[in-house]
Order: sequence, then structure tokens, then C-alpha cells
Amino acid sequence: MQEIVLHPLEKYLRSDRLPHTWCPGCGIGTVAQAFIRAVDELKLDPSQIAIVSGIGCTGRIPLYLKFDGAHVLHGRAIPVALGVKLAKPNLKVVVFGGDGDILSIGGNHLIHAARRNADLVVIMVNNFIYGLTGGQVAPTTPKEAYTYTSPYNPDSKPFNAVQLVAASGATYVARWSTAYPVLLKESIKKALTRRGFSFIEVISQCPEIFGRLNGFKTPYDLLKKIKDVGIIRKNISPFDTKYDWNNEITLGEFVNKDEPTYLDYLNQIIEKARGQGDKK
Amino acid sequence: MTENILFTHGNQAVVEGALVAGCRFYAGYPITPSSEIAEEMSKRLPKLGGIYVQGEDELASINMIIGASMAGMKAMTATSGPGYSLMQEGIGLAVATETPIVIVNVMRVGPSTGIASKPWQGDIMQARFGSHSDYEIISLYPWSVQEAFDLTIEAFNLAEKYMTPIILLSDGILARMREKLYIRSPNEVEIIERRKPNVAPEVYKPYARDENLVPTIASFGDGYAIIRDSLTHDERGYYLEKPETQAHYVWVLNEKIKRNAEKIQKWDEKFTDDAEVVFIAAGPMARIVLAMVKEARSEGLKWGFFRPITIWPFPEKQLNNAVRNANNVIVVEMSYGKLIYPVRWTLRNNIRIGHIPWLSYVAPSPDEIRKLAEKEVMD
Repeated sequence: MQEIVLHPLEKYLRSDRLPHTWCPGCGIGTVAQAFIRAVDELKLDPSQIAIVSGIGCTGRIPLYLKFDGAHVLHGRAIPVALGVKLAKPNLKVVVFGGDGDILSIGGNHLIHAARRNADLVVIMVNNFIYGLTGGQVAPTTPKEAYTYTSPYNPDSKPFNAVQLVAASGATYVARWSTAYPVLLKESIKKALTRRGFSFIEVISQCPEIFGRLNGFKTPYDLLKKIKDVGIIRKNISPFDTKYDWNNEITLGEFVNKDEPTYLDYLNQIIEKARGQGDKK
Repeated sequence: MTENILFTHGNQAVVEGALVAGCRFYAGYPITPSSEIAEEMSKRLPKLGGIYVQGEDELASINMIIGASMAGMKAMTATSGPGYSLMQEGIGLAVATETPIVIVNVMRVGPSTGIASKPWQGDIMQARFGSHSDYEIISLYPWSVQEAFDLTIEAFNLAEKYMTPIILLSDGILARMREKLYIRSPNEVEIIERRKPNVAPEVYKPYARDENLVPTIASFGDGYAIIRDSLTHDERGYYLEKPETQAHYVWVLNEKIKRNAEKIQKWDEKFTDDAEVVFIAAGPMARIVLAMVKEARSEGLKWGFFRPITIWPFPEKQLNNAVRNANNVIVVEMSYGKLIYPVRWTLRNNIRIGHIPWLSYVAPSPDEIRKLAEKEVMD
């Protein structure tokens, strides 16, 4: 009998629940792989990492990865993750979510987590559409794109998430795409080893729905478009980044600064409160 | 000794009870008449090394306490009508993932914004059925400042014991009324801590159950690599789309509370042995009703009194027993009609069920209720 040799990253997978539900050619697997490669290369203790997600295709990531994980309500991954982090500050807590989950229904939590400089890593997979529900318009859908709920075009322009999150006070903001998995992995490694709020947007392909509805015949065609439209720029302000499907979606690292984090503030509060003694 | 005795209000009693029970995480959003709970927590928790967060909204608040509980902390929130409505999806998540948390709903008038600080008893059914689909819930409703303290401890104990969210009902009367509160020390009361798994991670199943159908769920960071899923899941916590998985899942979430109902239920009854008419009321309203019943007794009327303390599971057997000699029960409540429903579905058909819905947010005097009661009894 032939000996079965497991993939070196198999230890990070819940292999007993494969196959996964993602469509062939989907970009989410690339993001999940970049994450576990980052964990592996940093030699982090997997038992001290918790991953939290909401609802959507990207929200399924914790189901397949062997970490403590929560697959919670649509839009609410960030507050659940913050609760976990504050209760056990030694854990590295990572949120995975789609653009609908993080930017639309969960948008309020995103800006407040950024404002607080909450000690979380948020990885937002942006595929321009609601995939799991079958192809509806998202707050990231390009103005020219077709979806089942924007048959005459989206009614409004999309969010540039990089600008939103940077303006809200995030101390690490980057945008990559599935066309650059190594750069993405390096960015995740930075986020995993720093304190404060880290936001990484990943432009990703949804070939089965977004691709088919918008004239991309194969996953390759869509990934090629994502590669071509993604322009890496160094040393530019997040407010100069572009989110334009026809010309440029700016990629790169736009914010990386050290500021007191939410945990720092809470510890200061605890010190101050204790200094005042036990009076009620 | 005297430092353990306060003259204070129901909102503070909830805080004192929570701290004795071991709550060290609070997240909430300001709303009247619950805000004193948040204010007191923001002052007290940091002194104990605990965490207070003012969430950006009620959705954030309930989901933060769920996250904190998944990481092993005792956590709570407090709110009132509008905020409680916003929290319903989160309550369903806590039910489904079997995450112990305590939610305090200080009931106020509605519907919608209503009048911010005025008391009401209109959320009794929402406490039971507020989140979508099928589940059983435990809900407690104290009637005094002391009982608010005691039942808050009980709420945390029940949450950990049955791995479920607990709804602690209060109202605008209890929140603001002041009376003596004796703060029991942690040594005087039973404090239940969460069970930890005692098997190796390779064979551990987070949703395997004991004889009471309660799972032993590891906390994040304990080395068990568990998944807490809002999707229908099996013993491993794994999502499965199978009819038998769904059937067992919904059965066990309901049965876990139903099977243990008699251990959970609390009630209070007075003068029921020979009572011909039994008055039923809950929360501070029941004190007014009891005062009225006592006066009627002194005049020789065979009136009795019954108060559900666990509104859910409703003390059905106990109520049936309390009215065994009665031919008339009368439900008194500060609502157009909520408490009346569990009474109607509990009692046998041959008893007359009367109803006094008090529709003013100004609490009635015993005499005012007495006048309505005499009409209701004679009719």
C-alpha cells in the first residue's frame, strides 16, 4: 500500500469536514491559505489564535480551519471578536468577512473598532457581490457591474474601504488581491505581529456569480482582470488610493503606525480605578 | 456589617448581584430606565480588573458579551424595550451556540419609543418568543430590590448550569424604587462556575451532553480548537445539512430547558389553601396586588395570591395546584395583556379567568386595584 503523506499545512485544517462549499476558482481559498501560511511561518501557537466570522462565503473560513472559531451572525463578527479579545488578551483574534458582512450590515462595528484601535486583525474579502445569497448588489459593487438586484446598474457609488477605515482611525490598513498571494501573506504576518487595529482588504474573484454575470467566461479571465486593475503603489496616503474598476484599484500598505491600543486604554482605566481605592 | 447594607434601587441591586456572581464583563448601550446599571458597572468593574465597554449599539453590546463568554468570562448587558428588540438576534445566537450570558431588560412603556422612563410589563412574551424560530428560554422577574440582587446571582448560576442565555426582567418601578438591600458575600451564596472538559482534545466533542442534556463547552484558548457555529450543528459543533441533525438540534435545545423545568421554576403563593379567587401578578405590581389581597382577607374574603418568579419556564404545575379550590383567577398586569396568555394556556377549562390590564404607567394603589377586582369578581 502506498503511504499517505499529508500536506505540511494539513495540521491547520479540519480535514474531517472537507470538501468545502466554495465554488471552483473562488478566491477565498487563496486567502485562507495565505493566513495559515502566515501562522506557520511565524511559528505561532495555533491554540492561542481565535478566528471569528459572520455570514457569507468568506464567513465559512473558520469551519475549515483548526483554530478556536466562531461563525456568528451576519455583520457581528467584529463585536464577538472584540469580546473574545478583551476576555483573553493573550489570544490573537482574527476576523474574516466578506464585503457585505463587514462593510454593509457590519459597517458600524468596523468604524468603531477602527476608532478604538481595537486589538484585532480584520481580513475583508471583497468579491464585489453577495455570493452566498446568489448575486445581489453590494456596497463594493462597481458602478458599471450587473447583479440580480442591480439589473440597471447599482444605484450608488461603492465604498473605498481603505479610505473609510483609515479615516476612522485604524493603525494598519492594506489592500491586496488574490493575484498577489505572497504579498498578502506578508501583510497578514505584519498584522499578526502588531498591536492595535489591522485591516486588510483582499480583492478576490467570485467567478461563478460575479464573473458569469459580468462577462468573465472563466475564473482565469476574472483573476486576470483583478491582476490588471490592481496597481501597487508605495508611500501614498490612503486618501489618494483609487477604487475604480475601469482604471485602478490601488493596492499596497497605506497606514502602519504605532498608537495606544484599546487594551492600553482599558488597562489605564483599571489602574486609575484601582488607584481610587474600593469606595463605591 | 452595615457596609453590606445599602438603601438603594433595583438597578444597583442588579449590579451588586452580578459582581458577587462573578460577572467581570459588561457591554451595553445607554437607554432609560436601565442606564444606572451601565453607569455603576463602568465605575465598579475596572476596580475589580473587569471590562466595561459602551458598545456602539445594542447589536455590538450583546455580541461582545457573547464573545467574552465564549472566551470563558461571565458577562452581561442591560437594556430596555427598543434596545431589547435590537438584541433579539443575539439572544438567538446565544441559545444556538449554548453561550451563557445574562440580559437584563428593564421594561418600559411602548410600543416603539413610548415614554422613556415609565414602567410597563409588556415584554413578557418577547422574553419568551423574541428571537426567531424554536427555543426555550429562562426568564426571572424579581419584585423587590433584595430579590433583584438574589435573582441576578441566580441568573448567572442558571446560565452556567444550563449553558444558555438568561433574561432577567425588571421594570421602571423596580429600577428606581429604593429599599434596603443586604449584599450577601460570595461565601453565603452558591456560585456556579462553568464546567471544563476533562477529556483529551482529540476525542472531545463540545456539544456532547450529560444526563440533563447540558454540554460541557471549552473556552477559547483552552487548547480544544472548538467551533461555535450559528448554523445547525452536530455534537462536534460541525454544520450539517441533514434532516435528522436539524431535528435533534432543535429538540435538544428545547428539551434541555423543558426537562429541567421543575428544577428551575420559582414561584410565590399566599392564602391559596382555601382561596376562591386567586390573583396572579408578577414583579413589583405583585406587591400592590398582595397588599390588596391581604386587606380583603382581613375583611373575610377568601382571596389568594400567586406570583410567577420564573416567568419562563412558567410555573404551570404550581399554578394549577394553587388554584385547586378556586373558581376564579384574576390576572393583574401593567400591560394590555401578556401575563394573561401563559395563565390561559396553563389552567383547566372550568375555571373563570378574569383580567385587569392596568393601562396607566402610574402604578395603581391597592384600593384602585380593589375596585376593579370587585367588578371583575362579581361579573
